[in-house]
Amino acid sequence: MVRSISILLAVSVAACAPSGESRGSASDGRPLLVSAAASLTGVLETLTAAYEQDTGTRIELNTAASSALALQIIAGAPVDLFISADLFQMDRVEDEGLLRTQTRVDLFGNQLVIVVPVMPAVPVVPADPAAMLASAATLLQPGFRRIAIGDPDGVPVGVYARSYLESVGLWDLLRERIVPTRNTRAALATVESGAVDAGVVYRTDALSSNGVRMVFEVPVADGPAIAYPAALTRQGSNPAAAERLLAYLQGPAARRVFEQAGFIVPEARP
Amino acid sequence: MPEVLSIALRTVAMAALATLVMLPPGVAAAWLLARRRFRGQVVLETIISLPLVLPPVATGLILLSLLGPRGPLGALLGWFGVDVVFTWRAVVVAMAVMGLPLLVRTARAGFEQVNRRYELIAATLGAGPWRVFFTVSLPLAGRGVLAGAVLGFSRALGEFGATIMLAGALPSTRTIAVAIYTFTETGQEAAATAMLGVSATIAFGALLISNHLATAGHQWRSS
Repeated sequence: MVRSISILLAVSVAACAPSGESRGSASDGRPLLVSAAASLTGVLETLTAAYEQDTGTRIELNTAASSALALQIIAGAPVDLFISADLFQMDRVEDEGLLRTQTRVDLFGNQLVIVVPVMPAVPVVPADPAAMLASAATLLQPGFRRIAIGDPDGVPVGVYARSYLESVGLWDLLRERIVPTRNTRAALATVESGAVDAGVVYRTDALSSNGVRMVFEVPVADGPAIAYPAALTRQGSNPAAAERLLAYLQGPAARRVFEQAGFIVPEARP
Repeated sequence: MPEVLSIALRTVAMAALATLVMLPPGVAAAWLLARRRFRGQVVLETIISLPLVLPPVATGLILLSLLGPRGPLGALLGWFGVDVVFTWRAVVVAMAVMGLPLLVRTARAGFEQVNRRYELIAATLGAGPWRVFFTVSLPLAGRGVLAGAVLGFSRALGEFGATIMLAGALPSTRTIAVAIYTFTETGQEAAATAMLGVSATIAFGALLISNHLATAGHQWRSS
């Protein structure tokens, strides 16, 4: 039995060997390392694959919660380009003096929307699939017993949702009904499952799901400014290539992809 | 789904490597804790057990601050040209640290069950401490050590929090647990489900082996 275990170990270790040295210590020929908010994985995978094919630049995408990405960079991780889902995490890295000056830019924005399950347990909104809520205050109706948002104590989408609900004077009234979740995806999944009657998520998430229906779009002018900042970090090994990639992400091809996903792309810069 | 398979293979390989890495210090610590009384014993025991009670992300954070290019160990290793953060080494380290407490606890119980008399007899017959350990203590505690290794390996297989902090979720460092997170995060339910199936199959296999080991050991002992 000991032998069978050691054979198993030997085989698996042998299998691991070729995958081993994908990030060597030499700085040349190293792929560009892009740390990006997990919510951007889909669009960025599409764009970086296209960019790799066009330019031959190799890119590695590291996706996690923006707060974790910021901590990794502060600990010295050799990240070339950081794309955060909120301003605060980018500010933290900037305050540590780890960004290359003048490279920080807001790539695009997002918008808060209210979603309900496609097949709600209790039909709280008109059955007409095109019907929208008159205003966010409709959430006060007793039918909305539970409302999912990101955790308002730190998850960006929750912080934004609270700040909006506060600005329209609904936060204190709805407080008891709020179900905090660990991120926007979790809020979306909770609504999809029908466990809550409504949720406040990003427009991009609502568009990506068949299980929810958008019933209210927070007007961009009324809601908090939701921006996705990107910047080059000081510890990247290839600033020139990272700068080209950042320029590409602001170019027309990338803007189309972002727009298609539902992001709000600013007017072209001169 | 070749991606799912390569991620599964990598995870198993990394967990196996992590088990090999944690075995020498783990067995040594288990033996020390079971057989010796020394200053700082409680401290050693506590430090080893810490990853068991700390949130895995916190363990990852501690490892990151130690092994990151700005950390004391990371700077030293960097001087020798060895990167840890965002490499396969980070995966192995995170897995080994998280699996170690389970290995040590189980192996320690194994050593404690060895009748001390056998060790003493071996010593009176002229065997040095190393020989006593390798020919008497370790074989008699073998089942405990093996069970601990399988437990540590299983823990390593499912490790998430510390891995994503130290190794990131790069395509080259993605493990099963991290991949499931990424797939659900990006709404790729099909891929997540496939990954889940693979992960359940591997866990089933590991448990089957460990149960087989337990019964085999039992028969061997009672015969």
